[in-house]
Amino acid sequence: MGVLSVLILIPLLSAALLHFVKNDNAAKLFTLASTLVTFGVSLFAYMQFDSTSASFQLKENYEWISGHNISINYIVGVDGMSLLLVLLTTFLTVIALIGTWNSQSKQIPSLMALILLLQAGMIGVFCSLDLFLFYIFWELILIPMYFIIGIWGGKRRMYASVKFFIYTLAGSLFMLVAIIWLGLEAAKVTGVFTTDLMKLLAVSRSLPLDTQNYLFWAFAISFAIKVPLFPLHTWLPDAHVEAPTIGSVLLAGVLLKMGTYGLIRFNLGLFPQASISNASIFSALAVIGIIYGALVAMVQTDIKKLIAYSSVTHMGFIVLGIFSMTREGLQGATIQMVSHGISTGMLFMMFGMMYERKHTREISEYGGIAKITPLFAVFFAIAMLSSVGLPGLNGFVGEYLTLMGAFQSPILHSWWYSILGSTGVILAAVYLLWMYQRFMLGPVTHESNRSLKDLSVREIVSLVPLVIFMIWIGIRPMNFMNIPAASLNALSDSLTGKTEQPKQSEYQMMSPKVIVK
Amino acid sequence: MKELIPYITLAPLAGFAINGLFGWRFKNKQIAGVIATLAVTVSFVIACGLFAEMMSAQPEHRAVHYKMMDWISVGNVNVGISYLIDQLSIIFILVITGVGALIHLYSMGYMKEDPGYARFFTYLNLFIVMMLQLVMADNYLLTFLGWEGVGLCSYLLVGFWYEEVKNGDAAKKAFIVNRVGDFGFLVAMGVMLAAFGTLNYAEVASSAAGLAAGSSILTVITMMLFLGCTGKSAQIPLFIWLPDAMAGPTPVSALIHAATMVTSGIYLVARSNILFALSPATLTVISIVAVCTALLAAIMALFQNDIKKVLAYSTISQLGFMFLGLGVGAFTAGVFHVLTHAFFKACLFLGSGAVIHAMHHEQDMQKMGGLKKYLPVTFWTFMIATIAISGIPPFAGFFSKDEILWKAFSQGSPFLWAFGAIAALMTAFYMFRTVYLTFFGKERFDAHHHPPHEVGASMSIPLIVLAVLSMAAGLLGVPEILGGSEKLHHWLEPILGRGEEIAASSLGTHGEGLEIPLMIISVVLALIGILIATRYYKQRTTLVEKERKLGGLYKLSFNKFYVDEIYDATVVQPTYAVSDSFLYKIVDVKVIDGIVNGLASTAGALSSVLRKLQTGLVQNYAVMIVIGIVVLIGYVLIF
Repeated sequence: MGVLSVLILIPLLSAALLHFVKNDNAAKLFTLASTLVTFGVSLFAYMQFDSTSASFQLKENYEWISGHNISINYIVGVDGMSLLLVLLTTFLTVIALIGTWNSQSKQIPSLMALILLLQAGMIGVFCSLDLFLFYIFWELILIPMYFIIGIWGGKRRMYASVKFFIYTLAGSLFMLVAIIWLGLEAAKVTGVFTTDLMKLLAVSRSLPLDTQNYLFWAFAISFAIKVPLFPLHTWLPDAHVEAPTIGSVLLAGVLLKMGTYGLIRFNLGLFPQASISNASIFSALAVIGIIYGALVAMVQTDIKKLIAYSSVTHMGFIVLGIFSMTREGLQGATIQMVSHGISTGMLFMMFGMMYERKHTREISEYGGIAKITPLFAVFFAIAMLSSVGLPGLNGFVGEYLTLMGAFQSPILHSWWYSILGSTGVILAAVYLLWMYQRFMLGPVTHESNRSLKDLSVREIVSLVPLVIFMIWIGIRPMNFMNIPAASLNALSDSLTGKTEQPKQSEYQMMSPKVIVK
Repeated sequence: MKELIPYITLAPLAGFAINGLFGWRFKNKQIAGVIATLAVTVSFVIACGLFAEMMSAQPEHRAVHYKMMDWISVGNVNVGISYLIDQLSIIFILVITGVGALIHLYSMGYMKEDPGYARFFTYLNLFIVMMLQLVMADNYLLTFLGWEGVGLCSYLLVGFWYEEVKNGDAAKKAFIVNRVGDFGFLVAMGVMLAAFGTLNYAEVASSAAGLAAGSSILTVITMMLFLGCTGKSAQIPLFIWLPDAMAGPTPVSALIHAATMVTSGIYLVARSNILFALSPATLTVISIVAVCTALLAAIMALFQNDIKKVLAYSTISQLGFMFLGLGVGAFTAGVFHVLTHAFFKACLFLGSGAVIHAMHHEQDMQKMGGLKKYLPVTFWTFMIATIAISGIPPFAGFFSKDEILWKAFSQGSPFLWAFGAIAALMTAFYMFRTVYLTFFGKERFDAHHHPPHEVGASMSIPLIVLAVLSMAAGLLGVPEILGGSEKLHHWLEPILGRGEEIAASSLGTHGEGLEIPLMIISVVLALIGILIATRYYKQRTTLVEKERKLGGLYKLSFNKFYVDEIYDATVVQPTYAVSDSFLYKIVDVKVIDGIVNGLASTAGALSSVLRKLQTGLVQNYAVMIVIGIVVLIGYVLIF
């Protein structure tokens, strides 16, 4: 058994073992130990990985459902992009556990088991190289998340959890149809119904263009809901607001990235021509999302809702980068996935810490508490600034590269996407600084807040690693971006139809005519 | 010396890290101030060493490259944290670290009583680090890092006393307005990448040089860069943040909002001089915006009563002068004015800080007067700086301002010159009004209960040094026509010469022989400004009641032309209203979520209808079966 299967099995087995643990603390400690081991194993996987190669590595292939005309196998493997997201998942689960250690009191063993199940699903999604397997993991995630929101959530948790479930399920049904369709197309060519991604890559590109287009949309809708891409985003604020802190952290931190991951891996990978012909629609929606999400975030009075809408903005940058299909765009999108996971994850986690103390999400119930909880204020400021996209911190790298990618994109062929997208930079400062001011600065507006406690040692322990990564990615982004570089560059070059970057002089000659319209 | 280059930025970075991590634990909080000041002094000493080495080298061998490390390299975005120390950046480095060190020293006295002492020095050191990135970078992206970084420090320092709501508002406004400018910078970088495939200063310049003057690419790039400059360097239409930024501690106003950060825009244009020189349309826009800013801000400064507000508007106006120089292709003149302005404006701000300190945090000049005898050092240094800014020879401001005005005439138009000269007259007026209201006349405060006290050594030394520089710095650029050698011009020739040549050839020069007469006129105008101020504020003390009689002009000036109110009504409020009551409450909640929930309830309604068929009664099912059979048989029979 390979390392990736171990990564999926540890949380699955641990979740099963939790059935026998009745003590809350023991359950938490066991889960922490399990996630730490998983994190360690993922680092081991990273060490085994050769980032100079664009191909899938650490592959495992076991026969699963097979007959003379059907072959659905358990195939896992990673390229740089999926490995990076696996690392994000294993890292963030540990952090989220420590950060929310005391935030829940009921049915702890079940909560822990669901979190482990969720983790297994997330790792599985990023590692699957068989579409059927991918679909199973994709759907598997819905179940623990549904229960996490539905049992440990806020007042409107039933509405939010059902909405989350049905919204995403509705999307993924399209994907299921598309997967079966693709398998049948493969059967026409090779005589065997298969969902092996590698084999389908050869099939999908030779399909008639309108078939490719239908399939593209079936996948894209399901991913766009997950991202979420405007106008399919309305499940997100409800889910975030009602979810318990750990649910929000993992939802924002990892789950949303499954959507953008899917867009790159399947939409761009399987249907390059349909991707190119639909690029402007998706980029336009991404840009609308960037601006719209920011404007709506600005007027929120509920902090979790505000952060949720800010995710719409940030994910918009990722989608814009993806559909620019340039090297800058795709690598920017990938690093932005990691960055958003870290910074938005931290914002949700920190707000959760404050919520444990004060039990309200209304911004107006706070104000001036920087004076009372100075350490909290410093950490929150760093997370906020990283979300604003300040150069030197992680958020900037991805945002910048996606915008620059869109500027240079031979697919989008217009500057307007990135020019309009760049206004998101202004708006991010507006809604985040304003939120920070109302939350933290000014005079203390509620006397009862004077007794708020500053961060505990445990909380600091959970936040420091996040801050370290914010600065690390901000200053040395290549340490992270070199992992997926080879595979993303290969993908980008195949999409934009070039084997190397344009030479300066060529671009110079064409630029005045082509670029200025 | 080359191997010491990284320490220019690493020293203040270390100061930032030490004070940031441990500053709150220092038993003697003064240690934080000492560490921070020493850190900047180390940078200054290294910079001086580099400067000396450059002086002894041949002009073409003066530039030094230093690559610290890689930063981002993806596709065409291929930039490192790498520095370019040349004739242009060394001037800015010297000003930043030199004036910076003086202001650190001054702050050790000024902030002594403040509970946030260590935090203050942490931010101040971070500012120096970021400002140095801005000017030392060899590519636009690293400059952008510094550009945003100084914006952050400005935000942190303006809102330093964050418990007051208005300080938080001012800080937020500064950051957001600057971000509007940064948007322009971002777009400019995008266009550069798309057009040239690089962000390196030298490579962009050489690619640009291959394009025809007035090409649309260059126009877009330069216009967008200039949009960035209007934010950072407080030009129309984005100048509105700077007056509010005076909410920060006064040393901050001196360092960030007068001497260094706000001149970033001038640096950026000078650094990109070839691009700008090749975009005549942008140059025209810059000159017009600049002269309007210079004039408008001078008018706004006329009747302000807050001593720091006067200086803030004055800074905006002086920045306008600098851009006027750039706009007519006189890049060196713009940089020269940055240099002299750094000295006299820092001196003025620090002087105002000493006054505020002495007056127990009173900033209203209506409540001052007669401070001359209490604060002799402050008075004399303030006076020198005032003469310098008013443009009286041979003080520093005269040479730099006059060079700009002359170029505005000879390479621009008589109108630019005339508006600039009027702004200069106003400058002399409002600065002397400030001096008279503050230091002369009757004491309009209670001297018995709160006697003003002169500042200590840590605050007076910087004042004296800056005052001396305000007198002497002009010698760097005495024009040839007055028998000078224009040292600064020769020094900057290798960097700015090419751009100046291109600009001069496209703008044309005229007005041969008028240089001396125009110079005399501008000095006379300055003297007129001083005379009016002397007549109304020294010989008789004109206070606010009498000023009000001026009516409309006074009102417009005092209320800053209602620009803030106009922006609020046309941009801020509508954006909020549309976002809240349309985008959120209608589009998001009603339309999008309405459709989602509508689909759900439709499905629910449909299934509750269908559910009625499933009654559970066998008879009903039997009836259905019979109907079904009849239909099927009928179908078969008919077709």
